Amino acid sequence: MRVFWTLWRREVASAFQTPMAWVILFFLLILTGFNFYAGVTVLNHGPTEVTVVESFFNTIFFWFPFLLLFPLLTMRLFSEEYRSGTIEPLMTAPVRDVQVVLAKFFGVLFLYCVLWLPTGIYFQIFWWQTHLQAAGAVGAYLGAYSLVLLMGMFYLALGCLCSSMTRHQVTAAVMTFCMVCLFFITGLLSFLSGSIGTVSRGLTVTFSPIEQMAQFSRGLYDSRAVVWYLVMTALFLFLTLQSFQARRWRR
Amino acid sequence: MIFVEGLTKSYGSTHAVRDLSFSVEGGEVVGFLGPNGAGKSTTMRILCGYLPADSGTVRIAGFDIFSQSLKARSRIGYLPENVPLYPDMRVCEYLGYRAALKGVSARQVPEKVTDAVELCGLKEVKRQLIGTLSKGYRQRVGLADALVNEPDIIILDEPTIGLDPNQIREVRSLIKGLSSRHTILLSSHILSEIEMTCSRVLILNRGRIVATGTPAELRERSGIPLAGSVRLEARVGNPEEALADIRKLPSVASATLAGRSGEWSCFEILPSGGDPRPRLFEEAVKRGWGVRELSAREASLEEVFTSLVPAATGEERS
Repeated sequence: MRVFWTLWRREVASAFQTPMAWVILFFLLILTGFNFYAGVTVLNHGPTEVTVVESFFNTIFFWFPFLLLFPLLTMRLFSEEYRSGTIEPLMTAPVRDVQVVLAKFFGVLFLYCVLWLPTGIYFQIFWWQTHLQAAGAVGAYLGAYSLVLLMGMFYLALGCLCSSMTRHQVTAAVMTFCMVCLFFITGLLSFLSGSIGTVSRGLTVTFSPIEQMAQFSRGLYDSRAVVWYLVMTALFLFLTLQSFQARRWRR
Repeated sequence: MIFVEGLTKSYGSTHAVRDLSFSVEGGEVVGFLGPNGAGKSTTMRILCGYLPADSGTVRIAGFDIFSQSLKARSRIGYLPENVPLYPDMRVCEYLGYRAALKGVSARQVPEKVTDAVELCGLKEVKRQLIGTLSKGYRQRVGLADALVNEPDIIILDEPTIGLDPNQIREVRSLIKGLSSRHTILLSSHILSEIEMTCSRVLILNRGRIVATGTPAELRERSGIPLAGSVRLEARVGNPEEALADIRKLPSVASATLAGRSGEWSCFEILPSGGDPRPRLFEEAVKRGWGVRELSAREASLEEVFTSLVPAATGEERS
């Protein structure tokens, strides 16, 4: 366990000691800040049924930076170690492969959580200014943020896998982005209601990130989504471990 | 301490290491010598558990590197070729991180780091970012990393590559200092380096051991006892006559006049079985030559090496 924490600390520290984490945080806050401002402006135009939280988590300005985040966060994880050769001292220390994979995953997950944390301030500001709740109930905040966390876990695990497969960061980033988009776009198939059957439509609705977010940000939990993301995270971490171990047979 | 038997490793159709067997006892300093691409780095990477072997056994301090990898790895300090380091960490921070990874208890980490920093002469840069260090300092950081947890075995892949002559001397003396407490295996393709630091040499070529022994033993075995050259520098009346006299001596195969400076003549003499120096001296006394040098050059490891390893070699693989 001590080895895990040592590796985890190093992952987190390396993210914050280089400008990377700060640059991403800066632009994420600009984009989500604009998103929040736009959401509130729209609500100002007249009576509506959606809350501030719903409008915040269900716009293109939320999804766009959200999807871009994963390739940026995960591309260097393994690729950088392969490229610079630091994987060699790392793996000749008495360290298990699984410890390295988990430390990198939880390190980047921690960074991901830190990136989203400041967005909570928006809703606090809304409360200070208007003395109105930004959401119908606390559950809506929890729902929206827990779905951000769950989806994040899955997509970060996916990014870990891509990074563990190549020594080129850009290749890892492109692969991650394509795979994240693939899973995301599959959910959009539900909008083509006429051309697909009811069963597959039901499936795509259930697993569509957009539909899920629409529900979770109202405070409606769907345990299928929770299980789906947890299982997929575990699956992709397992695949990452396999890919990481396969480096021994590569040249 | 290190026991290797029947080690084989190939990359695709290229054989990097073929049926390699050797052992290193505790306290020895063993040098791995070979041209680029001989399989030195590959062997070292296998010994450290970084690469799997195709077949063969490796035991490190009694632990199998494949089945008891963690235990074996915790007994090795390894300095990879080119010393990959994290440029965004400070020297002390990095060494502390490495010590913790290698299982040094949290209470002992600062002490071990301080020891390693002092031993490797890193005191003045210990707060500096590794990315800003010169090549020499980076090498020392790598070395400090290899010995921070005081492992039984230290494996150094080309420890002096890319350093300036002063730094090479410093690293060498550091390695010599370590030899009292650790078993050391180091690789190099610089022969004088191996000759100066190692008690035993393994010469590798194309993935096979072609010779092993102390530098002196290797010299003997190579069959060039006096490297073919005895040098005589003397004040002789007529150099041509003296040359003819020398050629007549027994145990002299041939002699040449190598040069003249003022009244001094220099002769290069190739012996034919046995040492011609006593007879040369007697001859000089008899003829009244003033001698200022009479010396035999021992075969250097370099000559041993070239006699053992044919010139054609493969590409360096890293």
